[in-house]
Amino acid sequence: MFKQTLHISTSPHLKLGVSTDDIMRNVVWAMLPASAFAVYAFGLSVFLLLVTSVVAAILTEHLLCRWSGKESTVNDWSAAITGLLLGLTLPPAFPLWMAFVGSVIAIALGKFAFGGLGYNTFNPALVGRAVLQAAFPAAITTWHPAFLEGRFTDIASSTLALPFMEPTYDAVSGATPLSAFKFDGVAADSADLALGLVSGSAGETCALLIVLGGIYLIARNMMNWRIPVSILLTVYVLSGIMHWVDAEAYPSPVFMLFSGGLMLGAVFMATDMVASPLTAKGVVVYGVLIGLLVVVIRLWGGLPEGVMYAILLANAVSPHIDSALQNRVYGTNKKAKAV
Amino acid sequence: MGLFNFGHKTFRHGIHPPEHKSETNGLPIRQFAFAPLLVLPVSQHIGAPSKIIVREGQEVMRGQLLAEAGGYVSVPLHAPVSGRVRKIANVPTAKGEMSLGIYLEAFPASGQEVLESDGLDWETATPEDILQGIQNAGIVGLGGAAFPTHVKLKVPEGKQCEVLLLNGIECEPYLTTDHRVMLEQAEDIFMGIRYLLKATGAPRAIIGIEANKKDAAEHLSRNIPEGLPVTVEVVPVKYPQGSEKMLITSVMGREVPSGGLPIDVGAVVVNVATTAEIGRLLPHGRGIQERVVTITGPGVKKKGNYLIPVGTPLRFVLEEVGVADNLSEVYLGGPMMGMAVSNLDISITKGTSGILAFTDNEVRRADKVYPCIKCGACVDACPISLNPSQMGILAKFEAYDEMAADHNLMDCFECGSCSYVCPSNIPLVQYFRMSKGVVRKRAAAKKEAANV
Repeated sequence: MFKQTLHISTSPHLKLGVSTDDIMRNVVWAMLPASAFAVYAFGLSVFLLLVTSVVAAILTEHLLCRWSGKESTVNDWSAAITGLLLGLTLPPAFPLWMAFVGSVIAIALGKFAFGGLGYNTFNPALVGRAVLQAAFPAAITTWHPAFLEGRFTDIASSTLALPFMEPTYDAVSGATPLSAFKFDGVAADSADLALGLVSGSAGETCALLIVLGGIYLIARNMMNWRIPVSILLTVYVLSGIMHWVDAEAYPSPVFMLFSGGLMLGAVFMATDMVASPLTAKGVVVYGVLIGLLVVVIRLWGGLPEGVMYAILLANAVSPHIDSALQNRVYGTNKKAKAV
Repeated sequence: MGLFNFGHKTFRHGIHPPEHKSETNGLPIRQFAFAPLLVLPVSQHIGAPSKIIVREGQEVMRGQLLAEAGGYVSVPLHAPVSGRVRKIANVPTAKGEMSLGIYLEAFPASGQEVLESDGLDWETATPEDILQGIQNAGIVGLGGAAFPTHVKLKVPEGKQCEVLLLNGIECEPYLTTDHRVMLEQAEDIFMGIRYLLKATGAPRAIIGIEANKKDAAEHLSRNIPEGLPVTVEVVPVKYPQGSEKMLITSVMGREVPSGGLPIDVGAVVVNVATTAEIGRLLPHGRGIQERVVTITGPGVKKKGNYLIPVGTPLRFVLEEVGVADNLSEVYLGGPMMGMAVSNLDISITKGTSGILAFTDNEVRRADKVYPCIKCGACVDACPISLNPSQMGILAKFEAYDEMAADHNLMDCFECGSCSYVCPSNIPLVQYFRMSKGVVRKRAAAKKEAANV
């Protein structure tokens, strides 16, 4: 008896057993239904778009780690999230080479430059998208109709545009629901919006599947429910008030919730743990701020959509929200100082 | 998550680890076998070691004094069995270091018990008598802290004890000793409460019990003696509610000030098993000789709650109950705050509330450590609302003084909730334990430098 050596370890000897790579992997799972719908709605072009952005992100992360002499961190699945998320925010017929560039920038500039996983100030996918928006303003606002015939066999000609060449578009659909409302005053049907029967970025159209992914993550305790809830509530309440004041000029709150990238942003982007505050109070303020900015940009800004800038701005102030809203330490009247 | 606790008294945050109590909470306390050789370190409590008053070769009777208190913050040590002092030498301890102790060879048939002092009648004894009696009985906190109970009971000048709080929370997973004591030793607990009320001057007592021990709560409620001002309070199950501060907040709704003691908010907290021991020993002038220990875990064959003589070697205990062949880790105490032992020659001390054995099948080793992803799980877990995420980063930069000055490091009581939830497997509580040690050392060095 007792021939074996006993191991020693420090307490606690129990662990919850959910690790960072578990969380990241599950975020990818949660995005799959919306991704699958994107492929179903827009066909082969979107499939290639998503594959390109994911592969580019993983490749970039792997090579940057190798070149800087660190162990590759692709196994933590966070690069896959960034790639997939970026792909979902791009127009369906977006040129693949541009998506590739966006993914490289997202990982290199949005994540690696800050120190890798855990240190990024901004959601890396949004950094990539912001750069793409600045560099290719035409391509990123050129939409493609959903549910085209032959979408599973034909690839949009812009998808395969050669690098640094002006892409040619074969079927310009005109407008997303948001731009249609902003520039033409036409509001899309709410049911069509929720079900994703409209045009838009590859993965933003089917709000229901995005919500489903969010509920999955919340149920598994892998997402802070306060963030999407506070964003969506803020948007609903604010736009509801505006709609009530002037129903002609301002869209209905339901339209606001289900159009554009709000659902995708609220559920999968604003919830980037690293770039959002730590405390429960902090994330609510962060969520309200995003909701507020979305409404302001959409209703009074020059752009039809404002989710990306709203989240990036909130990411930037997240450390300040944190330092202002630390929990009160037990048995004291003071809050811990934030770094 | 505060959301689901409206209407229930509880403290902020906390965690819900799997309880694993059903394996032993239905098993009555059983007397354990006597080991042929007991190992009795003279420092089984917090404070000065006891002073040995026997010599090698001397025959002692069960209950006889082996060592007397080494000062005010110290307690005496009694012989758990009749036998012969084989050797006075350094003995192995749970901390891994050797410290002075007694090897006591038990006689096969135990003799008559020797009483060290006269019994104390709770009605006629003064508070001072009771405190002295508690010290004389060698009583320390049996919940695991092993702090001399008489010191804790002494209400400082100018302070008042409004409530005597009996701690029957037992929030550590696996442990069921307090649960069994409450079910089987209600009379001793109530007798102990009489002594404690008198010693502290408290007008009333509250027994705090978690909702997973409703049978114990009902049993105690039903048996409260006529006229004894005791109430039983059931609180929701949540770790680390058994910590004094958390219990006070859950039951009384008050917060112990940072750096302060329970008496600062009018409370004195005593563990229920300690109370039972006081109620059993003081009327007869006896000293503490044995304690209830839960022996459990996936690696143990005969799990149970056992009454084990203090000084029984761990090896003897594990041989008696039988353990799995692929034994991997053995812990003294609960799995959240207990200590892993590497040496089975150490013995059961007054502070040992549990022995847990795990096999290779359960123990997860070398979990990959990821960078902090700022998920906030630790922030939502910390019962005293520290920011473990930020403190973990500071600890990495060795900014210990800053952690203490700006982040209330010294308030951390090392419950381990932060490490438990951390998805990146960052050993947060280990960082804080070490950081606290450094801060204490630096403070001591500063003090010394100032004195010279």
